[in-house]
Amino acid sequence: MLHGSVLYHGSVTSAPLPRSRQPRERVVPSARAPHRDWRLVGWVALGGAVGSVLRYAVALATPAPGGWPLGTLAVNVVGAFLLGLLLEAVARRGPETRRLQRLRLTLGTGVLGGFTTYSSFALEADQLLRDGAAPLAVGYLAATLVLGTLAALAGVAVGARTPRGPVARLLHAPDDAPGRAS
Amino acid sequence: MTGPLAFLLVAVGGGVGAAARFVVADAIRARRTTALPWGTVTVNAVGSLVIGVVAGLVLTVGADGGGLESWRLLLATGLCGGFTTFSTATVEAVTQLRGGRPGRALATTAANLLLSLAAVALGLGIVLLLA
Repeated sequence: MLHGSVLYHGSVTSAPLPRSRQPRERVVPSARAPHRDWRLVGWVALGGAVGSVLRYAVALATPAPGGWPLGTLAVNVVGAFLLGLLLEAVARRGPETRRLQRLRLTLGTGVLGGFTTYSSFALEADQLLRDGAAPLAVGYLAATLVLGTLAALAGVAVGARTPRGPVARLLHAPDDAPGRAS
Repeated sequence: MTGPLAFLLVAVGGGVGAAARFVVADAIRARRTTALPWGTVTVNAVGSLVIGVVAGLVLTVGADGGGLESWRLLLATGLCGGFTTFSTATVEAVTQLRGGRPGRALATTAANLLLSLAAVALGLGIVLLLA
């Protein structure tokens, strides 16, 4: 390849373009660290709002039979599965493009990070302990950690084994055309 | 409280919390390479401290006030829920497990769990002591 701008300008040129006319690098995600890129922070906030609302909706719809906080257990196990799947599938796509990075941060750090929760998990366990239901508290803690870990492992396995599945198609959709705004 | 306002409060708190987690956890992560993922451990412990304080206030001031329920949805369900994360904590431990470091995976899980439990008890205890 003579020059990165061949796609950009539709003509082959071996002479370097003036700096101002060179296309921005697409593979190196950003000049600054992602968490200092305010557009990415905005995407994470949007994802976090969606994930948190989904978590709240699940909590409203889920009963707590015998004091078991099933809503939080469910969102945490499902979220761990999906994050394992997402991160493994993204990692297997090779070098991360700007678009893939935005997708990973919005869906993973934002939606799934907001969907799952550690603070409610810890608070619920603490409440069970204070209510004198120590066996239930230990059972809740153990169930969440064991099922969550197994779910994340399963998610990684699924993310690794579906190179042509719907997840891969989502991740492999036509990438940023050069020059298109990120 | 349910209805549209409840969802809006959770969405605003969750959005702000998730963005703050991203900024804080990644800033800690970027400082240097450590054996344990302290960025996630830190946000989980801090969020648990705050949810303990909120739960303590709800217990002491009383759960009857409708205004308090709004604050609980905004700060506990929204902000603390969005700020803390179980999925990242679990995937980080699983990554260490798959990388042949079961000891670190266990230490990561224990650090998240024990520090978050201690933080909830601390936050709650401070409010109950002062009340």
